[in-house]
Amino acid sequence: MINTMECAVDAQSLISISLMKIHNSRTQRGGIKLHKNLLVSYVLRNARQVYIKEKYAEIYRMQQYEEVMTVCNEIQQLNPLELDAEDADDEEQARAACCGEDVSLCGSACHRDAAHTRTASALPGCSHLEYDGKEPEPSFYRSCCMEASPVSECDQFSANGRAHCNKTTVLDLDTHVVTTVENGYLHQDCCCDALQCGQGAQSPAKKRKVEFACCVSDVEELSDFTAARKRVKREDCSYTHPDYTDTSNISNLISIFGSGFSGLLSRQTDLEQICSKQVLASLGAWTRAIVAF
Amino acid sequence: MKCFSRYLPYLFRPPSTILSSTCHTEADIISTVEFNSSGELLATGDKGGRVVVFQREQESKSQPQRRGEYNVYSTFQSHEPEFDYLKSLEIEEKINKIKWLPQQNAAYFLLSTNDKTVKLWKISERDKRPEGYNLKDEDGRIRNPSTITSLRVPVLQPMDLMVEATARRVFSNAHTYHINSISVNSDLQTFISTDDLRVNLWNLEITDRSFNIVDIKPANMEELTEVITSAEFHPQHCHTFAYSSSKGSIRLCDMRQAALCDKHCKYFEEPEDPSTRSFFSEIISSISDVKFSHNGRYLMTRDYLTVKVWDLQMENKPLETYQVHDYLRGKLCSLYENDCIFDKFECVWNGSDSVIMTGSYNNFFRMFDRNTKRDVTLEASRENSKPRAILKPRKVCVGGKRRKDEISVDSLDFSKKILHTTWHPHENIIAVAATNNLYIFQDKEETVNL
Repeated sequence: MINTMECAVDAQSLISISLMKIHNSRTQRGGIKLHKNLLVSYVLRNARQVYIKEKYAEIYRMQQYEEVMTVCNEIQQLNPLELDAEDADDEEQARAACCGEDVSLCGSACHRDAAHTRTASALPGCSHLEYDGKEPEPSFYRSCCMEASPVSECDQFSANGRAHCNKTTVLDLDTHVVTTVENGYLHQDCCCDALQCGQGAQSPAKKRKVEFACCVSDVEELSDFTAARKRVKREDCSYTHPDYTDTSNISNLISIFGSGFSGLLSRQTDLEQICSKQVLASLGAWTRAIVAF
Repeated sequence: MKCFSRYLPYLFRPPSTILSSTCHTEADIISTVEFNSSGELLATGDKGGRVVVFQREQESKSQPQRRGEYNVYSTFQSHEPEFDYLKSLEIEEKINKIKWLPQQNAAYFLLSTNDKTVKLWKISERDKRPEGYNLKDEDGRIRNPSTITSLRVPVLQPMDLMVEATARRVFSNAHTYHINSISVNSDLQTFISTDDLRVNLWNLEITDRSFNIVDIKPANMEELTEVITSAEFHPQHCHTFAYSSSKGSIRLCDMRQAALCDKHCKYFEEPEDPSTRSFFSEIISSISDVKFSHNGRYLMTRDYLTVKVWDLQMENKPLETYQVHDYLRGKLCSLYENDCIFDKFECVWNGSDSVIMTGSYNNFFRMFDRNTKRDVTLEASRENSKPRAILKPRKVCVGGKRRKDEISVDSLDFSKKILHTTWHPHENIIAVAATNNLYIFQDKEETVNL
C-alpha cells in the first residue's frame, strides 16, 4: 500500500513520464535495458494503483450523491404536487448513465437494484449484460497479474457497513469493453500473449456490440440509449482530471503499445482517442508486454 | 578517521583532446576502475571501449616525494562497437567491468567486458628485440635470398620499454542480455559472467563453451519480476558465489550442490519498511553492487540510498546499514524524471575490511568506518584540493539554516556523480572516477611516517 498522500494528478504524470521512458528506451543505443524497463514498469504499476484508487473514490462519492438524490426523488414522487415530468426523464437518464459507467464500483446491492429498476426499460441490453451472472465467459476475461490489495481497501469503498463487495461485470457503453470488478478491485484480465491483448480487448467488445444491437428492438429505447451514451461520455470527461491533454497523451502511447511493438510503426498514423479510464484499466496487459521483449 | 590528501595530482584526460572538466565527450566517461591484487596496477575502462592501465612508480630515494605516483602504463582499445544484425541492435563498446587475474608470471592479465563479450588481455613488457635477421634487413625490408652469402644468429638487443596488450581470449556469444559483472574465481581457472537473467561459468582456457549455472528467466517473460544485478565469487571458497537482484535480495549459491544453482543455499533479504513505501520503493531497493569482504565473512550491498553490510551467517537482516544520502528520499520524483534514480553506485571495502566507501552526487564520496561508526563525506574536485592538501570533509545541509561550508540539497549537481571507486588492497590509496576524470587519493598519515 503506497503510503503517500499524492493524489491522482501525480500518479497520472508519473504514468505519462514512465511511458515516455519506455518509449525512448526503444531508440537508446545499446538496445533496450531490461532492468531499467522492469523498474519503470513497477513505478507504472504503483502509479496506476494510486490513480485507480483515487478514481474509485471519486466515482463512489458521485454514486453516493446520486443515491441520495434517488432517495430524495422517491420521497418527492410520493407527493404528486411536486412532480415534474421533465425532471423525471433527466433523473432516469442520470441513473442510466450510472448504470453505464465503464468502471463500476462495488456499490451496495441496494443502489444497484434501484438503478436496475429505473433503467430496465431504457436499456434492456445493458442490464442484460451488466448483471449477467457472476461468472463471465473466459473469452471476455483477460487475466491480470495485479496483486490483490489488502482487504482494507475494499472496506474503504463500502461505506456505512453496506452490502459486501462482490463481482460485477460491466459493459462500457463508449468503448464496449467488458470489465469485471471483483471486491472493488479492477480485475481486467488479459490473455497470456501480450500482443493479443489489444486485439483481445476489441474482439469481445465487438461481440458484445452485436448482442446489444440484437436486444434493442424498440426505436424509442434506442434513442434513450443514445442519450445515455452521451451522458456517460460527458460525465466521464468531467470525472477525469481537468488537464485532459496529459491523459490523451497517455491514451495515445498506450494505444501504440497495446498493439505490440511491431504495431508501433503502423499505428503511428492511426491513433485513437481512448478513454483514459479504460486505458489505465488495461495497464496490466501492456506493462508486461514491455517487459516481455 | 584517516585524512586523505590529494598526494597525486594526476587527472586522467585523453591526450589527444583538450577539454575542460565541464565539457567532455561521451566516450571519455570512465565506466570502471580496478586495482590489481598487488595494488601496483590500476585499470580504468571508459565508454569508448578503451582501457588505460596505470602503474605505480617504484620508490626512489632520489625523489622521495614522488613515492607511489601512478603513471600511464598501457592504453589499448579493448572493445569496439558492434552491430547485431539479427536483432538490429547496436552493442555498446562501453567497458562495464574489469577484473584482474592474480599475477603468475611477468605478464599481467585482466578480463574486460562490455554488454556481450568478455576478453582476456595480456599486458606484457618488451625491452629487448631481436636483431640480425638473415632474410630481412634492419628496416624490415625483405632481402633478396640470392644476395645472402652467410648466415648469422639473431641476438636480443635492449630497446626502449614497450608495453603491449594482446587479446588472448575472446569469450563471446553466451549472453542474450546485458552483462553487468564478471568475477574471477579463487581457483584462478574459472570465472563467471552475469547478465540480467543468467550467470555463466567459463574456463579461462576455453572460449567456445560456457556453463550456465543460474537462470532466472521465467517460462513466460510476462511473469518476470526481478533481474540479477551483480554477482561475485567468494574470495576463498571457490565453490561459492553470491548474486544480487533488483528486488533487494542476495542469494548465496554453492556449486557443489547441483549443476544448476537456481536453488540458493542462503537468501539475504531485509523486509521492507511499510512506512517508507512510495512509488519508487522498488527502484531504490534494487541492489547495484555486491562485494564480499576480503576475509570472506561479510557481504556488502549498495542500493540507491544505503550501503548494507551482511553477515553471511545471518540472512534475515543486515548487520549494519549506512545512509549514504538519505536527504534524497524527498527528491525521488525529480530523480526519477531525470533518470538519476537509475544510477548504479558501486561500493568497496578497504584492505582490512574496517572501512567501506561509496560514491554520491556532486562528486562527493562517502567513507564509513565500521569500528568507530564515524563517517566522512569528501569531494573529488580540482578546485577544492591542491596537491598534498588534506581533503576537507563536506557536509550537506538537510534543512533549516545552512552553515557556511555546507551545501544545500538543492545546490547539488546531479550530473557530477561518482559511481566507480576502488581501494588499494593493502594501503590507504583510493581511486575515484568522476565522470571523465580520475582522482587518486592517498592517506596523508602514511606519507608523514616515511
